[in-house]
Amino acid sequence: MWKWLHSYADPERAYKLSGTLLPWFSILAILLVGTGSIWGLLFAPTDYQQGDSYRIIFIHVPAASMSMAAYMGMAVASFIGLVWQIKSADWAAAAIAPIGAVITFIALLTGAAWGKPMWGTWWVWDARLTSELVLLFLYLGVISLYASFEDKVLAARAAGILAIVGVINIPIIKYSVDWWSSLHQPSTIKITEKSTMSTDMLYPLLINIFGFGMMIGAITLIRYRAEILARNGMRPWVRELAKAEEAK
Amino acid sequence: MKRGISYTAAFMTLLQRDLRIAIRHRGDIFNPLLFFILVVTLFPLGIGPEPQVLTRVAPGIIWVAALLASMLSLERLFKADFSDGTLEQMLLSPQPLSLLVLAKVLAHWILTGVPLILVAPLLAVLLHLDSNSYGALMATLALGTPVLSLLGAIGVALTVGLRKGGVLLSLLILPLYIPVLIFATSAIDAAGLNLAYDGQLAILAAMLVGSLILAPFAIGASLRVSTN
Repeated sequence: MWKWLHSYADPERAYKLSGTLLPWFSILAILLVGTGSIWGLLFAPTDYQQGDSYRIIFIHVPAASMSMAAYMGMAVASFIGLVWQIKSADWAAAAIAPIGAVITFIALLTGAAWGKPMWGTWWVWDARLTSELVLLFLYLGVISLYASFEDKVLAARAAGILAIVGVINIPIIKYSVDWWSSLHQPSTIKITEKSTMSTDMLYPLLINIFGFGMMIGAITLIRYRAEILARNGMRPWVRELAKAEEAK
Repeated sequence: MKRGISYTAAFMTLLQRDLRIAIRHRGDIFNPLLFFILVVTLFPLGIGPEPQVLTRVAPGIIWVAALLASMLSLERLFKADFSDGTLEQMLLSPQPLSLLVLAKVLAHWILTGVPLILVAPLLAVLLHLDSNSYGALMATLALGTPVLSLLGAIGVALTVGLRKGGVLLSLLILPLYIPVLIFATSAIDAAGLNLAYDGQLAILAAMLVGSLILAPFAIGASLRVSTN
């Protein structure tokens, strides 16, 4: 199995594989986000307490959960890059970081927009919100550390160590609503027991969460392909690719 | 295989060397301390001298100032050793790097953390801190400042090879400092209200134990990246 996996560490094969995967991710992302958003924003029932303003949940929750998932993805890729010295994994981590930062920012922004009508304030210094803000800072730290090294091999290693150290923040975000009494509501989606949410609202939300996952996957693949090309600009296969592109 | 000197001897040698160097450059000890005192004195001037207000914000001010002072002093942790090549000798030595790194961080804490703890009660008097909170202040500083040194050293090790590491350093390590700040100030606040604060202290102690075990490896790995 390791031998089979190792062949994908080769940049050319990784580039080709991400090329074949990209349309699938894109199509699924468009379908799922489209269905989930239209269902959630137009057809899901109105909440009896929060009225229509609860509908931002269909953007906020997927963005927030994906901000953590993207971080874990980045950290795992960095770990693989550090331990097994696989450069393709380092590039993947570098590709995810800015996407994760943006999705974290979206989660914070939609959270603020939801907090204004519900809590009467844009922002509270609450455990969940603060730890999500720390996540944004961690992403920005990883991005700027990666950018500040001239040698991108070193840059990926340094940023990778920081990403792995920052993983400590992920369980803090996840369980902050259970550990501290917080203004933020506890999670409504449960994997092992029944969710505390009516199914007409739950299904579009779940669809959107998967849709956001696919969307992040698609954008990551685009950035990953660009990163591979940028780091392998001197290799013959990239040059041939560029020539073939020019001939078109 | 003969490994030269024992681990204990290597640790003590490096610790003594760092302390001796610092004592010969006394400014390195006093500058962060002066910075700490100056930052704290700025707050009463900025927000007004009412004792009630100051009592309320004193824990936060002292801790934020301690965070900034620790970050300021950290920048020099590996700089001189990096530029004169001592760091590479440390990486090449047969003793484990994490042990040597721990000695350096301990020296840094003795030189900057301990003076800070000693001067903190004086500043607490100036800020009209609740008399109940003194014990909590000292306990949180004693448990928290080593964590700051350990976590900060990771950031310093990552940026030591960069020419403009200063601003980047704050972006890298201040987010990691936030949990320490939250639990330390909440312990002092609880003590001020005569509530039990051993829970917060236990979490700070857990952070200290955790970072004491894991941070040296991260610092070592980062130094290997930086010196390449």
